[in-house]
Amino acid sequence: MEKFGFTLSKARVIDYDANDRRIVDFILEREPSLKACIECGCCSATCTTGNFTGFSLREIHVLLKRGENDQVRKKIKKCMLCGKCSLVCPRGVNTRNVVFLARQAFQKFDSYAV
Amino acid sequence: MENEGKKKIWSEYQKEIADDHFFYVRSCIRQSFYPGSEQFFLDFMRNVLGKDVFENPSHTTCTGIGYHGDIVPLSTIMTVVARHFALMKESGYKNIAISCVTSFGIYTEILETWKHFPEELEKTREYLFKATGREFDIPENMAHTSDIIYKFRNEIAAKAKNLLINRKTGEPLKVVEHIGCHYAKMFPKFGVGGAEFPRVLSGMAEAWGGEVVDYPERRHCCGFGFRQYLVQANRGYSISNTAKKFSSMEPYKPDLVLTNCPGCNMFMDKWQYTIKEMEGTTYGAEGDSIPVLTYEELAGLVMGYNPWDLGLQFHMVQSEPLLRKMGIEFSGEDKFKTKDGRQMPVPQNLINA
Amino acid sequence: MTGNVVVVGGGTAGMEAAGQLAKAGLSVTLIEKEKDLGGHLKEWYHLFPDRRPGEEVLSYLKTQIAHDNIRLLTGNGVGGFHKKGSDFIINTSSGDEIKADAVLLTTGFDLFKSERKEEYGYGIYDNVITSPDLEKMFRSGEIKLKNGKTPEKIGIVHCVGSRDEKVGNLYCSKLCCVTAVKQAIELKEILNDCKVFCFYMDMRMGGALYEELYREAQEKYGIAFIRGKVSEVGVNISKKLVVKAEDTLSGRPLKMELDLLVLMAGMEMSDGGSKLASAGKLDIGENRFFTAADNHFGSNRSNVKGLFYAGTCTAPMNITETISHARSAVADIIDYLNNDRK
Repeated sequence: MEKFGFTLSKARVIDYDANDRRIVDFILEREPSLKACIECGCCSATCTTGNFTGFSLREIHVLLKRGENDQVRKKIKKCMLCGKCSLVCPRGVNTRNVVFLARQAFQKFDSYAV
Repeated sequence: MENEGKKKIWSEYQKEIADDHFFYVRSCIRQSFYPGSEQFFLDFMRNVLGKDVFENPSHTTCTGIGYHGDIVPLSTIMTVVARHFALMKESGYKNIAISCVTSFGIYTEILETWKHFPEELEKTREYLFKATGREFDIPENMAHTSDIIYKFRNEIAAKAKNLLINRKTGEPLKVVEHIGCHYAKMFPKFGVGGAEFPRVLSGMAEAWGGEVVDYPERRHCCGFGFRQYLVQANRGYSISNTAKKFSSMEPYKPDLVLTNCPGCNMFMDKWQYTIKEMEGTTYGAEGDSIPVLTYEELAGLVMGYNPWDLGLQFHMVQSEPLLRKMGIEFSGEDKFKTKDGRQMPVPQNLINA
Repeated sequence: MTGNVVVVGGGTAGMEAAGQLAKAGLSVTLIEKEKDLGGHLKEWYHLFPDRRPGEEVLSYLKTQIAHDNIRLLTGNGVGGFHKKGSDFIINTSSGDEIKADAVLLTTGFDLFKSERKEEYGYGIYDNVITSPDLEKMFRSGEIKLKNGKTPEKIGIVHCVGSRDEKVGNLYCSKLCCVTAVKQAIELKEILNDCKVFCFYMDMRMGGALYEELYREAQEKYGIAFIRGKVSEVGVNISKKLVVKAEDTLSGRPLKMELDLLVLMAGMEMSDGGSKLASAGKLDIGENRFFTAADNHFGSNRSNVKGLFYAGTCTAPMNITETISHARSAVADIIDYLNNDRK
């Protein structure tokens, strides 16, 4: 194998059909209000954690819906469960419960998680 | 449904291509890496069609590589281009035949700039005169050499000795056509057939009996682009785009890739070797790689020229599988011999050999 | 009151206006270039926001024009017109000359020709269709691909031919977002298990009950909305459509396989209307629709006294608005005939 001083980059494209959406399906069954999310960002704007870390609840909703679970797995632990997001959501999504359920789902489907 | 819609689009992107009396400007990369291509063009135009194709030995590189690599400023390249137009004027030529797609992009970009910003044209006249004492006119017709071969594709088909048909199965060969980005993406009106469903190469392939393959990444850039490729550290994402194209075309099992841009030809040819070395991946059938040909090389094969005279042995991916499919006779012994019969050193690690 | 009015265009606006003018006692000549009246209304199977059959609105309009004061000329277009003093002389395509005291242009819109968006492959790839093409399928009750199979994954592209510099239409066609939501719901009702994806730039739900329809589409029908304009459509080896869009809300490019793609084609000024504009030196805007004399209280008036406009020849609008606009044109015409005409 030759080393040429560069490697092939990994594609950033979200391959929708290849992704696994069991996590978001688990959440939607138990918290159907997530269906009404329009990703307006009101939750992220007020978020305690989002102020100081790369945690964006709006982005997490989008990534879960696309099945980009790897991007969410670690970040979802950062939420402090303060509930500010649920207070401001204009569509009435129970965002706090979405975080709870996401954590449960990751535990359930990532068989190596303790 | 497919062809009718495409024909409508092609009818909207027709361009004037001159018939004769061309001033030929060469391509830096094609001259060096695929020398048979330009030789074929000149031989075909002059000796087969009897056209007048004039070359002035004091024409230089258009400096497109430098311009796109942020080394040559816009005013410099405009002056270099103006100098070529001055050489044309001096020799009495009004039609320019451009061998390289990047050059073609440069020329179209500059002519459009001069059209919308006439003060730039005046400045360029001044710079050229001060630097060289030359004066220039804007050419009447500007064609890329693939446009010219496209224009004469039926003449080539009429003289064809080997059509693009698999001799064993009788099926048309599957051709992936790939136009250079600067041929049509910047100004779709300057490309035959526009940028979405370009016609210049697919027209040739179909006139010569082949079947054009439509694959999802048809429009994607091959990843060339000077700036990202000149710096070694950036080469990774440059080559990844070529890999993306190849993985997309692989399921269709193409027999060859046809290009009109020197950069694309170089990348699609050479990166198959690099990807094979780095990852062990090949994209052709049964572990082979896919031969990548310029339109002149393909026209030459179709007309029965000797593949070694066309310079196919200098490609990274060797064309023998394609030659066998087309039923073209070739001599393995003569492959790396000079014209007067001396043996040249034989490269190691050829792909598809 | 008495007077002659010529109404050019027998669609929603023309039929409603003709009916109201006739009720007011005026003599109306309603000219329509096609054989049948009703214009684009005939294409819509069910109408938003309440999903009632378009047929019912068409029947209503047909009863409106069943009036003795109305003379119907179908299969006949208008080639040109000129003004002689306060009178209008209208030339029909069959060579007749009609004299009128006032003229109402209700020439409507033309659907954007989606072949012009080459990257979407309309007219080239099978299974890329427009919203009116889909309505035909709704009418037949069956949603089928070109090869007869039932689609499982359906994409809808918003803003085709609208808000687009490349095709010369900078304006928003206003109705396509709500039409997309309506059609997405209708698809889910016919094909319960299919997945529907709407690719939007913005969700423009600015009408009565539109936002509620959007919410219903998400909550009740599970329709997915992806913010990102579709940039390329291709076909892969399994003959499925491959679309590329950016998932702007996650900031990454997205690629998806679909069975069927529906293009929300926008509205453009009609060809007939454009010809009348240049023939009669009527002001048109950058968007090529007729310019109103005043944006707030003169939206039916033109730059020619006694010549009025109603409906989508002035701007994209829905059927409710078109009917209201036709009625307001009638009020202006009556006012003109009573007070302003010399």
